[in-house]
Order: sequence, then C-alpha cells, then structure tokens
Amino acid sequence: MSLQKTSIALALFASLTVSSVSQAALNFDQELQTYKTFAVDKIDGLVTQTQQFVDYLNAGKIDEAKALYPLVRMNFEAAEPIAESFGDLDPRIDARKADLEPGEQWTGFHPIEEILWVKNTTQGTEKYSGQLMSDVKELRAKVSTVEVTPELMVQGAVDLLNEVSTSKVSGEEEIFSHTDLYDFQGNIDGAEKIFVIFKPKLTELNADLVQTLELRFAEVNQLLAAQKVDDKFKFYTELNQDEIAALAEAVNKLGEPLAQMGIILG
Amino acid sequence: MTSKRLTHAVDEPSSLSRRRLLKGAAIGGSGLLFGKAIAAQTSDQPQPTRSTDTTQSIPFYGEHQAGITTPAQRHVYFMVLKLDNTDRQAVIKLFKEWTRQAALLTQGKNIGPYSNNHFIPPADTGEADSLHAYNLSLTFGVSPSFLEKLGLQDKAPAEFKPLPHFPRDQLQAQYTGGDICIQSCADDPQVAFHAIRQLVRHARTSMVSMLWAQNGFNAYNDVSQTPRNLFAFKDGTANALTLKDAEKYIWVDDKNWLQGGSYMVVRRIQMHLETWDRTSYGEQENTFGRDKLSGAPMGQQHEFEPIDTGLKESNGDPVMPVDSHVHLAHRTGQQLLRRSYSYTGGINTLTSQYDAGLLFISFQKSPQQFITIQNAFGKIDKMNEYITHVGSGLFACFPGVKEGDYLGQALLEG
Repeated sequence: MSLQKTSIALALFASLTVSSVSQAALNFDQELQTYKTFAVDKIDGLVTQTQQFVDYLNAGKIDEAKALYPLVRMNFEAAEPIAESFGDLDPRIDARKADLEPGEQWTGFHPIEEILWVKNTTQGTEKYSGQLMSDVKELRAKVSTVEVTPELMVQGAVDLLNEVSTSKVSGEEEIFSHTDLYDFQGNIDGAEKIFVIFKPKLTELNADLVQTLELRFAEVNQLLAAQKVDDKFKFYTELNQDEIAALAEAVNKLGEPLAQMGIILG
Repeated sequence: MTSKRLTHAVDEPSSLSRRRLLKGAAIGGSGLLFGKAIAAQTSDQPQPTRSTDTTQSIPFYGEHQAGITTPAQRHVYFMVLKLDNTDRQAVIKLFKEWTRQAALLTQGKNIGPYSNNHFIPPADTGEADSLHAYNLSLTFGVSPSFLEKLGLQDKAPAEFKPLPHFPRDQLQAQYTGGDICIQSCADDPQVAFHAIRQLVRHARTSMVSMLWAQNGFNAYNDVSQTPRNLFAFKDGTANALTLKDAEKYIWVDDKNWLQGGSYMVVRRIQMHLETWDRTSYGEQENTFGRDKLSGAPMGQQHEFEPIDTGLKESNGDPVMPVDSHVHLAHRTGQQLLRRSYSYTGGINTLTSQYDAGLLFISFQKSPQQFITIQNAFGKIDKMNEYITHVGSGLFACFPGVKEGDYLGQALLEG
C-alpha cells in the first residue's frame, strides 16, 4: 500500500531525469518482455485461483477456502510492482484493516480473511467475494496495457523487499490468518525474478554483486524453507523470536546489494 | 557530611566555580593538539586536551587510536557487531575498507561522492552533509570470540578472556556477546551516529550483523570540567592520575599485535533514578565517598585533592565510609581510565521508572585492573542498591594506524 506513492514518485522522477542521466546504450527489450510475461502469468494464476477461492466460499467449504487463501495471495504478492501501477485497484484488492481512513470502505482479501479466521465461517464473505473477483479480473485486463520499464523493475524489486521488512517480518500483513510467510515468499519470488532477468547484464557490470545477491537470496529461501512442514508454511505465530530475527536479518542483508541493481541504468 | 557540604557551598558558590572553569577553558583551548598538549590551568589536572571548536577534527592516524585518551566528546554511539564471515581474507578486506572510511569520516567527509546514477542509493547516507567533523573519533576493538572465529586464539594474550561473573551481575543476553565493537564519539550526536551507520551499512551484507548498540551523552561547559553522571556526581575525576602515567595504566606494551592498544571494558549499567532520588543528601555522598557539589574526596576540599582513606571523624569513624564506592576502588591500588556516557531511553512501562543509566567504558593496560576493582565492590559497595549491571563486554582495541596501514593489521597478518 505505502509503496504506491514511492512507485509513482519514482516513475515521475525517472521521466524528469531521463535526459540528464547518462544512460548506457543498453537495450532492455528482452528483459522487459520476460518480466511482463512473468507478471501476466502470476495475474492469470491469481484470477484462476481467486475463482476457485470464491467458489469455495460460496459453497461454504471453509477448510478448503482457508487452505487456498495464502496460495491465491502469493500470486498477487509476487507481481505487486505491477499491481501497484493501477491506482486504486491495489488497495481495493489488498488493503489491510489498519490501512483504512475513517469512513473508507474495506474490500478485497483481508475482510474475507477476518471473517474466515475470526468468525470461522464463510457466511458474510459473499458481501466481498463478488467485488474481489471483478477487481482481480479488471487487474488482469489492465496488465496487458501496462508499460513496464527497467526503472519500474529495479525499484519494484527493492519495494518488494521493503514490503517484507516493514509488514511481513512483523506479522502485520495477515493479522487474522497469520499466513504471512506465504506473502513473504511471494515478495521474495517477485524480487528474485527481477534479479534473474537482469543477471546477464549485471554480471558484465559487477560479477561480485551477482554472486553476493545469489548468496543472499539463497539464504532467505533456505530460512523460509526451514519453516515449511509438508509444503505448508508455519503460521507466523508459531515462529520464535530467534527465527523471526534470522529472517529479518537475512532480508536486511539482501536489501543493500539488491538496491545496487540500479547500476544497469547508470 | 552534610554540614561540611553546606560550608563548602557557601565558600565556593557554583556561579563562581563556573566562571573559574570557563577562564581555564580559554587558556586550555588555544593551540591544542590531540594527545600532546597538557592543560595548564591547574597543576593538578594534567589531562590531555582537545579543541572544543566543533569545526575541528581529530587525526585518525597515529600511534594510538583516538577516542581513548582523547577527552570525552559530548556524545557516543556505541555498536557491538557479530562477525558472520570467518574467512580471514574477507575480514582483512573489511578492515581495510573500515580504515578508509574512518579516515574520511573523522575528517568530516562522506565515505563516497554522490553518483551521477540516480537509480542507485547514495554511497553515503548523507545526514552529516554540511556538518563539521565535531571532533569525531572512531575506536575499533575485537573480543576473544573474534580471535576464535578466525582461528587466531593462540594469539590471544593470557589476560584476554571473557570477564568473569561479578556478584550482583544481572546481564541480559541483548547487551552481551559480540565480536567487534566500534565506539563513535563526537560533539554532535548525529555526526557520531552517521559514522556508525556508514561503517555498518556496507559491512552487514556479507560480514557482520548488529547485536546491540547504545547512545549516550556527557555534559560540561568545557572539556576541563569533569562531567556529572545521572546521580549528579562527577564521574572520571581520577582520570587525571591515570593519564599522568598512561604507559603504566592504559597502553599495552607487550611485544604483540596489541602493543600500543588498550583493553576496553564496557558495562551497560542501569541506574535506578527513583531509588536514588529518595536517598538523603548525606547518604548519597556516603555512597560515592565524594562531595556531591565539588567532587572532592570526603575529608578534602577540592575535586583533585588526593584521596585519604585514613582520615577519621572525632569519634574515630573513617571520614570516607569503608563501603563507599571511591573507598573500595581506591583500596585496590588499581587505576583505569573511565570514559563513560550517560544514557536515557524513555521509560520502562512495566515499572513506570526511567530506563536510564551509564554506559560505563574504561580503558586499561590489562583487564585485571577492572576485574580487581569490580571484585572489590563485590556485595558491599553501597552503590549496589542503586545500580544493576545489565550489559558487558571486553574488547581489545587495536593500536593506532599508520597511514597506508589498516586497523588490526598486526593481528590479521602477523
């Protein structure tokens, strides 16, 4: 949510400074196309799984709905830099209760999360599920039109890490379901995808940076994998202080070098 | 005790003593070089001095690291780090980079210029831009575990081992341990913090993690004035004697990698201000063994007069209580250099009391100097009622760096 302003500000900043910054004659067409394909795939997955999720809700299948909820959201979290490009769609789909202004209507995944986990029922979710489905479909339709830039990708990767640092690692994203580690993994996947896409060009500019980033991504992914039981992440509330601290520090250590990916734009 | 203090106060109103000290500062403040000049205002205060001019900088290179005999700046940011990477070549690279950064930072410079590429974060975070050097000093030390992690434990001098448990210690895990410390002192808190932030920022990706940190402050009108701690007593009066013979008390002179360095003991000491504030004036002085206003040892008139534990009241009782802090420390015959800072960290909401205390820092030729004194306090020190030691560390602070060399070189390459 808070990233939206950052991204808009960056886009503005980029357009203002494009002439003054000495752009190397790098061609990013291939990278941009690859990333767009990735994002579209994720949003396709979001549409399909949201439909399944809504079907479970409408059928009163609470266990199935709860099991699917974090997986649906991983799609969204991985493609968040793109989703955030569309003004009010992101908050309509992803606003947390704490994000709301007085009188603002709460929609999207999180009011459904509250009903499922706090009231332990599917009853009442129909008030939100219809609009969620149409908002997700609208997002899919708009993604085809989005202009992906290398700046959006570089800043998007850093923003994904910042999302992890400020809300996932503190358990503030999924305060009712405590499925924060899925969002965490989704954000990391989204950032790592951008790194992997840029890797050939980054290697030419700074092979040490690439090696560092590979190590740091591996560290985060290993720590996350250690919190899985039978392919399911533990609830955030099941983590002890040391485990949370280790995850947080692994993200800290990844953040600094990740921000250096901007060297390919210099 | 109280009547004596009152007489004293009448004899020497505080306004008068402030003027006198200010005059002293004017003399001492002219033409000072770090570690060289000796304050000339009174013969019994032979302390190294430094400029209080905040535009001034303290040389980073030299025989000893700055921040040890350098008269305490007004602010500290103290950081303890864990070493994550035990590859010696990687550690050498880190200490070379820290040397480069520290040499720039202490001269009031950023660690790197702003880039033409606006798509990466600035090399320096920039919050000290347009600020002077503010007499910044950066002092680096390593713990016994640092040597172990690098397989250098056979280079550890015999006395370089973790401090023992002391009676009444209530050490908390979040204020103990660690492999590396960096003491950043400056006459401006933001300059002190900025330096640590730069040193940690790039190092933390692959080399270190932050374990604990504490900021603190000292207050004085000029550097010749001994700062008061939060119990309002002067803290560091005895440094004048220690500094008279720094070779004997402070600098390691064994022919090893630490020669010219010094051992640093750091203790995070919680001070129970509420308890202290309901303690009578006389009992406060009995606890320290000093006159609260002047800092004079009990039985004497002036701060820097020698301690005489043999003085007796007319009824035969010692003038300075035998369980007072100063008496117990003095009786050991040991001396060390105190370089402490007060801290306040909001309130403890559980107890509705201040979270405040002293970041005690001392430098000594051997950890034994501190151990002997701390053991002498034991369970009898009257101060125990008002303080709790919650954090602790022992670090070997490297000797100074020659231009072209780097921090810890003798250890890492020796």
